[in-house]
Amino acid sequence: MDIFIQQVVSGLATGGIYASLALGLVMIYQATDVVNFAQGSMAMFSTYLAWSMLQAGLPYWVAFCATLAIAFVGGLLIERVIVRPVENAPILAIVIVTLGLLVILVSVAGWIYSYIQKPFPSPFPDKPLKIGNIVFGAHDLGAIGVTLIVLLLLFLFFRYTTLGLAMRAAAQNPLSSRLCGIRVSWMLGLGWGLAAMFGAVAGLMVAPVVFLDPNMMGGIQLYAFAAATVGGFTSPLGAVVGGLLVGVTENLVGTYVHFIGTELKLTVALAMIIIVLLVKPSGLFGRTTIRRV
Amino acid sequence: MPALLEARDLQAQYAWTKVLHGLSFAVETGGITTILGANGAGKTTTLRAVCGMVKTAGEVRFDGQRIDGKATEDIVRLGIAHAPEGRGTFVDLSVEENLRLGAYARRDTSNLAGDYERVYQYFPVLAERRRQQAGTLSGGEQQMLAVSRALMSRPRLLLLDEPSLGLAPLIVREIFRIVRTINRDDGVSVLLVEQNASLALDLADHAYLLETGRVVMSGPAADLKKDDAIRRSYLGY
Amino acid sequence: MPAPSQTAMETEGRVERAPVAAPAGAVRIAPRVGLIALLAASVLLPFALSNFRVFQFTQVLIYAIALLGLNMLTGYNGQISLGHSAFYAIGAYTTAIMIDQWNVGYGWTIPVAGLLCLVVGFLFGRPALRLEGLYLALATLALALAVPQILKYFEHWTGGSQGIVLSKPNAPLGLPLNPDQWLYFLTLGVTLLLFVLAKNLLAGRVGRALVAIRDNHIAAEAMGVDNALYKSMIFGVSAAYTGVAGALSAVAIAFVAPDSFDAFLSITFLTGIVIGGLATISGAVFGALFILFVPNWAQDISKAAPWAIFGTFLIIFMYVMPHGISGFCRLVWIRLTRSSVTRRNAR
Repeated sequence: MDIFIQQVVSGLATGGIYASLALGLVMIYQATDVVNFAQGSMAMFSTYLAWSMLQAGLPYWVAFCATLAIAFVGGLLIERVIVRPVENAPILAIVIVTLGLLVILVSVAGWIYSYIQKPFPSPFPDKPLKIGNIVFGAHDLGAIGVTLIVLLLLFLFFRYTTLGLAMRAAAQNPLSSRLCGIRVSWMLGLGWGLAAMFGAVAGLMVAPVVFLDPNMMGGIQLYAFAAATVGGFTSPLGAVVGGLLVGVTENLVGTYVHFIGTELKLTVALAMIIIVLLVKPSGLFGRTTIRRV
Repeated sequence: MPALLEARDLQAQYAWTKVLHGLSFAVETGGITTILGANGAGKTTTLRAVCGMVKTAGEVRFDGQRIDGKATEDIVRLGIAHAPEGRGTFVDLSVEENLRLGAYARRDTSNLAGDYERVYQYFPVLAERRRQQAGTLSGGEQQMLAVSRALMSRPRLLLLDEPSLGLAPLIVREIFRIVRTINRDDGVSVLLVEQNASLALDLADHAYLLETGRVVMSGPAADLKKDDAIRRSYLGY
Repeated sequence: MPAPSQTAMETEGRVERAPVAAPAGAVRIAPRVGLIALLAASVLLPFALSNFRVFQFTQVLIYAIALLGLNMLTGYNGQISLGHSAFYAIGAYTTAIMIDQWNVGYGWTIPVAGLLCLVVGFLFGRPALRLEGLYLALATLALALAVPQILKYFEHWTGGSQGIVLSKPNAPLGLPLNPDQWLYFLTLGVTLLLFVLAKNLLAGRVGRALVAIRDNHIAAEAMGVDNALYKSMIFGVSAAYTGVAGALSAVAIAFVAPDSFDAFLSITFLTGIVIGGLATISGAVFGALFILFVPNWAQDISKAAPWAIFGTFLIIFMYVMPHGISGFCRLVWIRLTRSSVTRRNAR
């Protein structure tokens, strides 16, 4: 029983990371029907910037906040400068642009920082925490905490601020939003900025565990896809729940099903994608859109 | 006194198809002007052209300033509100959120609560349903919401696209009554596009008749109402 | 006050249409001449270039077949597949296993690979019917990711991670061609056959039905187009084309290994058809040229960060030609030929 709870908590921690990345994917998809393939590599690049800051001697939480801010601006600029020229192009063309971006980011990171893995510090203490009989990694609990705080702030932003309302409106109905005077293009930029910010959070929380290297987010982005699929690509809440589900399932299956080693863990994510799609094609929280001809 | 809205030789096209072939019309300050015509005459396109939602050529002036070629969100901020074809409701947001978005671009947000109150006074059913998801409202209620959202921006010019479409006569009469009220009490000028000619001619001061993208007739609404050709083709008797 | 216009009402029934002149003679035959020139060039090519270059162009043809297959499914029918590397792998391994384990002549393996993929594709197409756009893409991506693992797992048949080594065939009947040249002509023949087949399929009723389903499947169904049948069928045909390409690649490269058939290959295919031009046949050729040569050029430009250059190419291409190279050529063509026509019609 103790092991079970340990694995669940550990799964929630990794699930939170998947959820952060998935949230960014869903936000952009909801507003533009585009899957941002570069989501993971943007997160990776932000984490490298944080690494540089830490190397320069900045205290962790200063670097953390600075990275989030830079990621936000970076995401905004990427949308305004790189995505905007193809805003009205066919969806697949925009997807190819994000692919190009992915490849550029990984390549440039490798060029600047080399492909050798680097250790990345965790802000949470090394010593495990003991609650009752169960031992928890401090980093796991910390990661869960950070994820929760970020998600809470996001929820408050969208629900209770005018700007958040405008962003939701712009994503749902760009035409009517224009008629209300909302500058839809800028809302898209803000959306990308926020998505980049979540990606940075995911990167910063996962780097201490998997070590920093340009290809770090590849597998994680796949899990994020699984999370968004399970939850339904049209629902931010779904992305979060999906992420947590994928994280916990992956951990539990890895622990209790013995022939699944680390290589086949990936297959768990794939299996989840397929099963959910077969049973409920638009995800757990997704909405089947009613279309009139 | 120059008209509040003036269009001169307005042309519009969708992709390779030209829909408006040089319209000239005007809306006087404080007046109600209506554009009539059958399906496909170009009425909705005219409103879209005014708001910069389609590719246009020619001149459109609002309060003397040229607005053709500007972006929709900039045109709207000058004091024009558009209740579009199909209502344009934000179906996943609540009634209240829809109204709040109507006031988004306003610089002067004093007495926002008062504006909500006024709108709820005009359309009490919206007050009842203020927390409800807008997509669950009936067609008539959504039309009321569309007009109310437009009013929240305290516009000087209100563009209404076929408000009577698909609605029960009682509700339509109510909406038109409110439009007359706000025109009279608040001085909001109105450009009304309608297929229902008799209703429109009752409400409006001035009318234009559109056929395949051209103005074929114009004049005071009262005169057009008495005209024989109009009566036979558009009023049905 | 102007009197009501009677003339407007009178002309209501009459539709005035400006006469559109047919394009002039030279404009009409230019595409045909271009095609003949292209065919001539491709036949003469292997005698003018080095063996390595000939091998590269054989690869281009193979990719063109695979891309045509994917384009039929994604471009014409709107079903996005990130799993075509799986069919490519099935085709390649079918050939490799047949040659290696059962000593079947390589020529026979190609149609068998195609047929097998036709069936598998059709079977995959059925459950895929319920999945829309993005979700189909994800399901196929999951499939593509699983393929290398599955290939490594069934070691006894597939040779596991080591793969299967084949030998390059010589030209038959004592023809005076070296293996690279022979393989080039074999591939060229298959390519031409498949392209002509595709052209006939897509230009007629089937093509129209596919596009109708892509653009508005509800309306298409309402007008009597059997969505389920067409969508599964085209999945099968698309898989068959890609399977044949995979089979040819096994013969041409003389080696198959699991890691060459990963999800990255699927993404490369998708990139190819978007760059080449969705819903066009020529797009498959343009796309194939792009995905083969541009990564090499990128490496020539920058040894340190070649993929950054490639990514930049991708982005620039999409800026300049969002509808792909084919789309761009078509736009240029329309601009050039329309200007003479519209000037005559302008009033």
